[in-house]
Amino acid sequence: MKAVRKLRPHFSSAILFVGLFFLLLTSLPLHAVEPSELLSDTALEARARALSRELRCMVCQNESIDDSAAPLAHDLRVLVRERVKAGDSDAQILDFLVARYGEFVLLRPRLAWHTALLWGLPPAALLLGAVAIVIVIVRRQRITASEEMANLTPAEEGRLSDLLREER
Amino acid sequence: MIAELGHYALMLALGLALIQGSMPIIGARNNDPVLMSMATPVAVAQFAFVAMSFAALAVCYVTSDFSVLNVYENSNSAMPLLYRLTSVWGNHEGSMMLWVSILALFGALVAGFGNNLPPRLKANALAVQAWIAAAFELFILTTSNPFLRVADAPFEGRDLNPVLQDPGLAFHPPLLYLGYVGFSIAFSFAIAALIEGRIDAAWARWVRPWVLGAWMCLTLGIAGGSYWAYYELGWGGFWFWDPVENASLMPWLAGTALLHSAVVMEKRGALKVWTILLAILAFSLSLIGTFLVRSGVLTSVHAFATDPRRGIFILAILVAFIGGALALYAWRAPLLKQGGLFAPISREGALVLNNLFLTCACATVFVGTLYPLALEALTGEKISVGPPFFNLTFGPLFLPLFLTMPFGPLLGWKRGDLLGATQRLLAAAMLAAVAIAAGFALQHGGPVLAPFGVGLAVFVMAGALIDLAERTLFLRIPLGAALRRAVGLPRSAWGTAFAHFGMGVTLMGIIAVTAWGSERIAALRPGGSIDIAHYRLTFDGLFNRSGPNYRDLVAHFTVRRTNGDLIGTMEPSRRTFPTRNMATTEAALMTRGVSQLYLSLGDPNPDGSVPVRLYFKPQVLMIWLGALIMFIGGALSLSDRRLRVGAPRPARMRAALQAAE
Repeated sequence: MKAVRKLRPHFSSAILFVGLFFLLLTSLPLHAVEPSELLSDTALEARARALSRELRCMVCQNESIDDSAAPLAHDLRVLVRERVKAGDSDAQILDFLVARYGEFVLLRPRLAWHTALLWGLPPAALLLGAVAIVIVIVRRQRITASEEMANLTPAEEGRLSDLLREER
Repeated sequence: MIAELGHYALMLALGLALIQGSMPIIGARNNDPVLMSMATPVAVAQFAFVAMSFAALAVCYVTSDFSVLNVYENSNSAMPLLYRLTSVWGNHEGSMMLWVSILALFGALVAGFGNNLPPRLKANALAVQAWIAAAFELFILTTSNPFLRVADAPFEGRDLNPVLQDPGLAFHPPLLYLGYVGFSIAFSFAIAALIEGRIDAAWARWVRPWVLGAWMCLTLGIAGGSYWAYYELGWGGFWFWDPVENASLMPWLAGTALLHSAVVMEKRGALKVWTILLAILAFSLSLIGTFLVRSGVLTSVHAFATDPRRGIFILAILVAFIGGALALYAWRAPLLKQGGLFAPISREGALVLNNLFLTCACATVFVGTLYPLALEALTGEKISVGPPFFNLTFGPLFLPLFLTMPFGPLLGWKRGDLLGATQRLLAAAMLAAVAIAAGFALQHGGPVLAPFGVGLAVFVMAGALIDLAERTLFLRIPLGAALRRAVGLPRSAWGTAFAHFGMGVTLMGIIAVTAWGSERIAALRPGGSIDIAHYRLTFDGLFNRSGPNYRDLVAHFTVRRTNGDLIGTMEPSRRTFPTRNMATTEAALMTRGVSQLYLSLGDPNPDGSVPVRLYFKPQVLMIWLGALIMFIGGALSLSDRRLRVGAPRPARMRAALQAAE
């Protein structure tokens, strides 16, 4: 175990260059949540697990503290469970952690000015795309309608009305 | 000697790529058929030299030539042959070699099979392909040379990273690269069309098989990687929204959109300008993925800054190709004529909707992946964008996609009958309703949305089947006649149905495992047991086992049903690799139907107990099974006679093409 931890920085830089598109998770696949950490109250434990999934293990690459085996993740899990047991609300716990570790700890960034583009882009893209499609369709229908009108000569119009009459 | 030969062959390949990138284009400009026809043999020769170079590296690995630095750093003579071979691409330099080899392979394939292409288009496309090849060959030769020697050759290598010592390494990176790099063909054809300033429906016909092939490989590559991560990383997740995963998902999304818009372009001559843009974007996203993974920018902006040589080189490639392509697009695209009108409610309309959702989903993944990097680079603020963000934004974009998916194939071209399609999908909707009701009846305490998700998956799957039933007039005419119709159905229709069905299967697996999976965490002593779902696992004890280059500490478990029937045994282990002094968890998996029991082991405690994590993953195999069905769908569609490269076109189509030109 000790040797493994010592080697982790080397491991992380090595694997980065390996470029395997899925195995880029820095911590070694040890155990994340340990049996001794679990709270006996299942409702509180479920809340703690849900919160853990929203929190980043800050020394790992893109891992929640729920998935990570790093010692820091362990400490954070214990901390979250302590606050849950003490009766803090989810929001209070998150605020507490942000105050201590910065916004980096949240895997779901808060909506604010500096994240407006991040949160705004998906709905904006959808909206703009939809508007663009509607505009193109409307414009093209108008163009074709006027073209078709213009293209018929009087003789053709006569034939068309004859044909329509026959149809009846 | 062999390493030097490989190095030299790569340099020659670069020289050939430069010729291939210049002469045919000059020929195309001056109407010189000799210069244009140079592209074909040079592309084949370029591939031959790149392949020689790759083979040289492979020989160094297989024979454990530790005088080559790259081999010394990433291999070990005790490894089995398979891993000695796969470790060729289990590192930065080697994986770039694989990238370039596949790129050259595609170039040679276009050269070899593209006899029916207009000479000008072929010359231009192969030239563009050569620019990409030259850029990456130069990158390897100047910043990532795998053929460097060590002065005093060591006796033993430093071993391949243990996590990578897995059969997954044999399939996952090559498939992924076949997908990534396969989109380069669409890119080259798009640039060639823009250079010429002319494009027609035939363009889509030539490009679609390549896009389809790339898409198939990428689908399987992503799914394979997901399964690999699932069993290797020890906690049974199948998708992590890791930037590196996102890097492979973005080209997949763009490629899927491209696949659909190319159908519209081929069949109806519409969406030309948009399809060209998608072709550029799909490969650009592949390049961005390569940059993200290769430059080290992901760990942090600072890691990138400390050793920026490779990063900056790839960034330059990125800027040159993406910037150049988009500039050319902005300049030339207005020259391309629009064609093929259609009503909003039509198959074209449905495919436009598909493209809207797919590109928005792609943009979401893009902004989520790059925003933290950009924010840190610009303001120094550090934020994390993780799974909760993507689940919240990506999910709602895929929901309408799944809802509209069954409608598309049922609508006619040009002007569709929405009411008719809805009526025909009534059976699917009813099946979905039954599934939702059954979900609620059977579920105790799961998420409220889960049964609706299952209903959606059933709707998608049933919709694909209804499409087939409609086309074969199943149940409306005698069975024999329907079967004959089924055999006569275009393979691409089967392909669509398979691919859409597979998507439903994957969705079903994702929902079932997320909503109803269960987990037990416990510390067990020999003789102790844990229950999960309707199984009981008893821990019998630990024993040691040794492999070629590792030691295993194995835990033996007996699996029974809760009523006592013996089912089998599971043997998860902790694997230690002495060369690197690292350990991995080898999870044990037991497949029950499409569900799995997943058991992984922690380090034994001093008091003799062993921490274990046990999961029941209901229907988890459907996630990857669905991808496999999608792959088969792609293969069916690819085997369609009408798509086959060089297949004679029906006279009517030829006349239409000429008219379009």
